[in-house]
Order: sequence, then C-alpha cells, then structure tokens
Amino acid sequence: MAGISFDDVTVTAEATGGDVVILRHVSAEITERRVALIGGNGSGKSTLARLVNGLVTASSGVVRVDGLDVAKDGPAVRRRVGFVFTQPAAQLVMPTVAEDVALSLRRLVPDKHEREQRVLAILESYGLAHLATTSVHALSGGQQQLLALAGVLATEPSIVVADEPTTLLDLRNSVIVADRLFALEQQLVLVTHDLGLALRCERVLVIEDGGIAFDGDPAAAVDHYRRSVSTP
Amino acid sequence: MPLGIYRPGSTIWHRIPAGPKLGLVVLASIVTVALRGPWPCVAALGVALGISLWARVPPRVVWRGLRPFLVVVTILGAFQWWQRGWPVAVEVVATTVALVVVATTFTATTPTDRLLDAIVRGLGPFRRVGVRPEKVALAFSLMITAIPAIFEIAHETREAAKARGLERSVRANLSPMAIRTVAHAYETGAALHARGIGDD
Repeated sequence: MAGISFDDVTVTAEATGGDVVILRHVSAEITERRVALIGGNGSGKSTLARLVNGLVTASSGVVRVDGLDVAKDGPAVRRRVGFVFTQPAAQLVMPTVAEDVALSLRRLVPDKHEREQRVLAILESYGLAHLATTSVHALSGGQQQLLALAGVLATEPSIVVADEPTTLLDLRNSVIVADRLFALEQQLVLVTHDLGLALRCERVLVIEDGGIAFDGDPAAAVDHYRRSVSTP
Repeated sequence: MPLGIYRPGSTIWHRIPAGPKLGLVVLASIVTVALRGPWPCVAALGVALGISLWARVPPRVVWRGLRPFLVVVTILGAFQWWQRGWPVAVEVVATTVALVVVATTFTATTPTDRLLDAIVRGLGPFRRVGVRPEKVALAFSLMITAIPAIFEIAHETREAAKARGLERSVRANLSPMAIRTVAHAYETGAALHARGIGDD
C-alpha cells in the first residue's frame, strides 16, 4: 500500500525517574501529497516525523512506508524516504557543495564522471552551480538548506519528510525553500510552526501531548491549534 | 595534511589521478626527509614551492596551509639553532616547510571526492580481512568536515561566554563546547542515517 501508516504507535524515552512517553497510541494513514504536522514545542511532532524513516524507533506499534515495516526494512525504507532537518549544517557532511551532493549519488551512480555530470545538473537546478567548490560552511543558511534538499532529492526518494526546514531562515530564504518543497512531485510530510505553510497542505495533523489532537482540513486544524494555545 | 582547500584547475597536477599523486607525495616526502645538509633541503623547499606555482595554487592558499605550523616550526628552528647550530636548524625548518607545501599542493589540486575514491580503491584488497573501504573513506571525509564545524562551535561558545562576562572561565568555555560538539556528532550521525549511508 502506498503512503505512510502509523498503527497504535507509542514512543517512550528513558529518563531519570522513569520512562517518559513522547507519543502514545498514535494511529493514522497518510496518503495525501501534502501533509503538515503542527503543534507546540515538545508535543511529539518531530518524533512522529522521525519514525517515518527509522531515525526514531517505535517502542510499540508498527510504522509502515509503502507497506514496508520501518523496523524490519529500514534500509529499503530509507531509500524511499528523504529527510530534511531543521539545522542544515548538521546534514552537510562533505567539505564542499559538489562533494556533498556526490555523496548522495555514490550508491546510485558508481561511475565518477557520470556522477560529476549529475551533480552539476542538480546544482544548476538549485541555482548552486556557481558554489560547487565552495566549502559547505561558507554558505548562507538558505543556501545550506537548499543544498541539504538537493542532497536528499538526488537519491530520488518517493517521500520527503521535512522537519521545520524554514525555522532558521530569513523570510526570503523561507519562501525559496518552501516553494521548492511545495513544487516537489514527491509526497511531502512537513513539520512546521509556520501556519501559512500548513494552510498550503491538503491535510494537517495537530499534535498535542504525544497524540493527534486534530486531523483534517488545514483551515479547521489551524483554527483548532490557535484556539488550543489561546486557552489558558 | 591541510584540508578543505581544494581549488579547481586544469594543470597537470589537477589531472593526475589521486592515487598516483598521493604516491608521488609519499615519494617526495621520503626523498626530502632523507636529504642531509642545509642547501639540499633549501633546494627541496624551492622545488616544492615551484610545484605549487606550477599547479597554480594561490600563494594565500599555501600560506593558509603553512600558518598552523608556523609557531611549531619557529620553536623547532630556534631550538635546533641553539642546540646544534644554524645548518641543522635550516635543514629541519626547510624540510618541514617543504613537506607542508607539498601536502598543501596535493589537497589544493585534489577534490575530496577523488581522494575518497582513491582510498576506497587502495583499501580494496583489505576487504578480505574485514576492512570496509567505503566506511574508512567516509570517516576520513567526516573528519575533514568536522574541523571547521568544531572551530565554529568554539567561536560561538567563546562569544557566548564573553557576552555573559565569563570569557576567563575555563568551565564556561569548555563545558558548552564539549556538549555542543557531541550534539553535533549526534546530529551528523542522524543525518548519515537519514541519507541511508551505512545501510549497505
């Protein structure tokens, strides 16, 4: 079955004084192309997103991606799911821009000359070709996030999960990165505090206290979230 | 070896494959270290600088490669001069600087990606004894990338300590830096995991 499913998923973490429940008995089927997860800090939305490619493991319950069990078929799931982090600098692991994209392509394109051509084509499509030999640490936040996105999409995933990808960016770069994400052909699961971005999605899940507090139409979900934070 | 200073170009030094070029660097280093007397060593330094010019490595890049070694080289030279006289001091300093210039020229003319390919090829025969060349190459590239990241963390930690009037506090400088460096390593691990690197 195509899409993502959470079947009675609970996530706990060890802490001093006993286990802490981060997500409790979450069940949902996500098949829409554009889905947003919104909620307060510490509500569990990032954990829910990280379950999709196995960055976080469910303590109980099952997470499936395109019918594959994330716990059992981790490598196959990660080939399907690209993950964009909030902090792009942590995601860039090679010294220069071109080399970081090339890292993503090493498995898909073994021939180095073909790989170089593909890297250049990808960088051109992201407007980063002129920075190919630049150190990843010398890029602006927006450029780093675009490069992180380019590195993720180089592997041609069928699903992209983005965990607050615009949080650290200025308005101009936020718009650029958001427009890139919404132009993708892939299914997009977006964790965000930007309610404007949530409203651009087809479905919004409001996460509160480790559970789904609202699931449905974006306008109604955003309204629910606004009311929940304004209620003392 | 100075890292992260690659400059693209089309000179013969850029075109020599990374593996043979690394072999040449090793050979040149052995020859340089084997030289005796101040003038042959100065000549070796001249050759190293000549090669860097031939490879069109900008002088500021050579300087960037040399800068971290200056204090050590100065102390080393002064000590040798005091203990064994100026000819030995010149020999030691010229040899050390020549080696750094050669290493800088190598990294300035070799993209890291090619270097990783060379490492993977070079370690290929060791697969049968359990070595995973791809993982060794990845560890090498992570080390290269981690250096500027850790410098950045150190700079930010120093600024934060200064903002709180704690610039002289060893604890205020070192504790957050250690914690943030570990956090950075954790985030990098998560990013590698997310990109499926290590799944093979």
